[in-house]
Amino acid sequence: MLYANDLACVKGDRPLFRGLSLRVAPGDLLRVAGPNGYGKTSLLRILCGLAMPESGEIRWNDVPVNRDRESYHRSLLYLGHAPALNDLLSPLENLRFACASGGDKVDEDACIDALVRIGLAQQLDLPARVLSQGQRRRVGLARLFLEADRKLWILDEPFTALDVAAVADLTATLSEHCAAGGMVVLTTHQDAPFAKAPTVLDLAEVAC
Amino acid sequence: MSRALGPFAAVLGRDLLLAWRGRADVLVTLAFFVVVVCLFPFGVGAEPNQLRAIAPGVLWVAALLSTLLSLHRLFAQDHADGTLEQLLLTPEPTVLWVVAKICAHWIATGLPLLIVAPGLALLFDVEQGALGVLVLSLALGTPILALLGAVGAALTLGLRGGGMLLALLVLPLFVPVLIFGAGAVDAYLSGSGAQAHLLLLGGGLLGSLALAPLACAAALRIAVE
Amino acid sequence: MMKDMQKPERSKSIFRFAAPQMFYPLAGRLAPWFAGVAAILAAVGLWLGFFVAPTDAVQGDVYRVIYIHVAAAWMSMFVYMVMAFWSFVGLVMNTRLSFIMSQALAPTGAMFCFVALWTGSLWGKPTWGAYWVWDARLTSQLLLLFLYLGFMALTRAIEDPRRADKAGAIIALVGAVNVPIIYFSVKWWNTLHQGASVSLNKAPSMATTMLTGMLVMAFAAWAYTIAVTLWRVRSLILERERHTEWVAAELNALEGKI
Repeated sequence: MLYANDLACVKGDRPLFRGLSLRVAPGDLLRVAGPNGYGKTSLLRILCGLAMPESGEIRWNDVPVNRDRESYHRSLLYLGHAPALNDLLSPLENLRFACASGGDKVDEDACIDALVRIGLAQQLDLPARVLSQGQRRRVGLARLFLEADRKLWILDEPFTALDVAAVADLTATLSEHCAAGGMVVLTTHQDAPFAKAPTVLDLAEVAC
Repeated sequence: MSRALGPFAAVLGRDLLLAWRGRADVLVTLAFFVVVVCLFPFGVGAEPNQLRAIAPGVLWVAALLSTLLSLHRLFAQDHADGTLEQLLLTPEPTVLWVVAKICAHWIATGLPLLIVAPGLALLFDVEQGALGVLVLSLALGTPILALLGAVGAALTLGLRGGGMLLALLVLPLFVPVLIFGAGAVDAYLSGSGAQAHLLLLGGGLLGSLALAPLACAAALRIAVE
Repeated sequence: MMKDMQKPERSKSIFRFAAPQMFYPLAGRLAPWFAGVAAILAAVGLWLGFFVAPTDAVQGDVYRVIYIHVAAAWMSMFVYMVMAFWSFVGLVMNTRLSFIMSQALAPTGAMFCFVALWTGSLWGKPTWGAYWVWDARLTSQLLLLFLYLGFMALTRAIEDPRRADKAGAIIALVGAVNVPIIYFSVKWWNTLHQGASVSLNKAPSMATTMLTGMLVMAFAAWAYTIAVTLWRVRSLILERERHTEWVAAELNALEGKI
C-alpha cells in the first residue's frame, strides 16, 4: 500500500502544492488531475522517489520509502515523460535493457511477445531513431506486459500519442493489473474507457 | 550477489554496444589525442633532445585533454532520453551501475589511448624500455581521470556551458594524476625507477574507485531532481 | 525546517538559529562587531609589521609583505576547510543555512587566495628574480584558487537553488579530499624538478615582533572573514526567502528607514 502524508512541493522558488495526502490500496487506480503547471509530474516524481518533497513523508507498506528504498523500488514501475529509449538500439534491445537493468530476469521471447502485442512486430530490430512518437511510447509501455510482478505502476501521460485501439488495450491492461491486486497512479489529459472509474485527485484543491 | 551483478553486466554490455555503434565518436577522441601530441613539435621545435625530454609530459597532457573531451558524453544521452531516471529507480545500489558506466566509458575512450600511446612516443624518440612504463602509467592513471571526471560530468549535467564548467571543476583534480603519470616515465628515464610513482597511481586508483562513484551517484540523484 | 519557520519562538536551543529567519537578525547584530574588530586588528598588525618590526638582515624591507601574504594564505586554506565542513553538515542534516554559509564563504576564500598569490609574486620578484616560479606553495595556492572558482561557477550556473546547494556541497567535499593530495603531489613534483630556490620558510629565525604582527594580522583576517560572510549570508537569505512574509516585512521596514 502506498501512503503519502502532508506532502508539499516547491519548484525552483515557486510553491506548487501543500498539505497533500493520498492513499493507494491494492486494486486502486488513482488518476492525478489538474491544469498544466500544477505539479502533476512533480507529484509523480516525488512519489517514486526521484525528487524530494519540501516536506511530508511517503510510506510503502507502512515503511518510509527513504528507509527501505530497495524494496520499494523492487515493487515500483515508473514510466515518465521521456520514454527512456536510446536511438542507437532497437526496440527489442531497449526493452531487454530496461528489464535487465531493473534486476529482472529477462526472457527474450517474452520481450518479443510484448512488443508484438503492443503493435511493433515490424519494428523489432530497427534502430529506435526511425520510430514515430507513438511507436517510441509503445516501447516503454511494452514493459507493462512484462512487469506485472511490480505491484505499483506510476505512469505519466501513458496515453499520449497512442491511437484509439492502443488506448483501449492499455486501459484493459491497467484494469487487469488492478483487478489482480496491483495499484496504478497515472496522469492523463484524455478520458480513457476504464472498466472501473478511477479515483481522482485534483491538484487544484491543494494548490498554493 | 548474482542479482546485483545482473544490472552491472546489463549496463556494461549496453554501453559497450553503444560505444561500438557510435564508434565515430570514439575515433574522434582518439584522433584528437594524436593531433594534440603531433602539434607540440611545431610549437617547441624539432630538436630531438628537447622532444625526448618533454615527451612524457606531452603524451600525458594530451591523454588528459582527450579524456576531458569525452567526459560530457558519459551521462548526457541517458539524461536526455530518460534512461537515467529509470536507472536511478533500479533497486540495486546506484554506485553499482555508475561503476559499470565508468568502466564502459574507460574501455571505449581510455583503452584506445593506451594502444596508440607507444607509437606516438616513438615519434618523440622515447627510449623503447620506457614505453612499458608509459603504458602502465596510463593504464593506472586514465581510469582515475574517468572516475574523477564522472563526478564533474554528473554535477554539470544539463547545465548551459556545462563543458567549460566541467573542465574548470575537474582539471585541478587531475593535477596529481598528471604529476605521477608523467613523473613515472621521467623517473624511469632518469634511472631512479618508476616504482614509487606507479604505486602511488595504483593507490590513487583504489582510493578514487572507492570514493568517486559515491559522489557521482549523489550528484546524479541531484541532477534529475 | 518549515515547522521552525512557523513557530520560531517555541524552540529554545541553539539550533533555532539554523532557521534562516532567526539567523538573519542575529547575523545583522554580530557582523558590525566583527568588522570593527577586524579594522582595529588590521591597523595594529600593519603598524607592528611596517613600523615596529625590525628590517630583515637578508631580504631588507621587502619581507614585510608577509604580514599580508601569510595571513591571506592561511585564511584561504582555512576557509576552504570551513566551506567543506558546512557542506558536509548541509548534506547530512539537510539544513539550508549550512549551504548558504558555504556559498557565502567562497568569494572571501577566493579573494584571500588571490591576495596570497599576488603578494607572493610581488615578493618573488626581488627574492627569486621572477614574478612567478613553480614553487610548491604558489602552485598549490593557484590550484586552490581554481577549486574556489569552480565551486562558485557551479553554484551560480545552476538555477534551482536546492540543486545548486547540493551540487556545490559535493564539489566542495571532493575538493577538500583532494586538497592535501594536490598539495603533497605538487610538493613532490617540485622537489624533483626544481633546483635550489629560496624557500619561504627558510627565513632566518623570526623576531618576536614579527611573529606577533603576523598573528595579529591572521586574527584580523579571521574577523574580516566572519563579518563579510555574515553580511553575505544575510543577502543570500533575503534572496532565497524573498517570497516569504517575514522578508516582505523586513524590506518594508528598511524602506521606512530610508
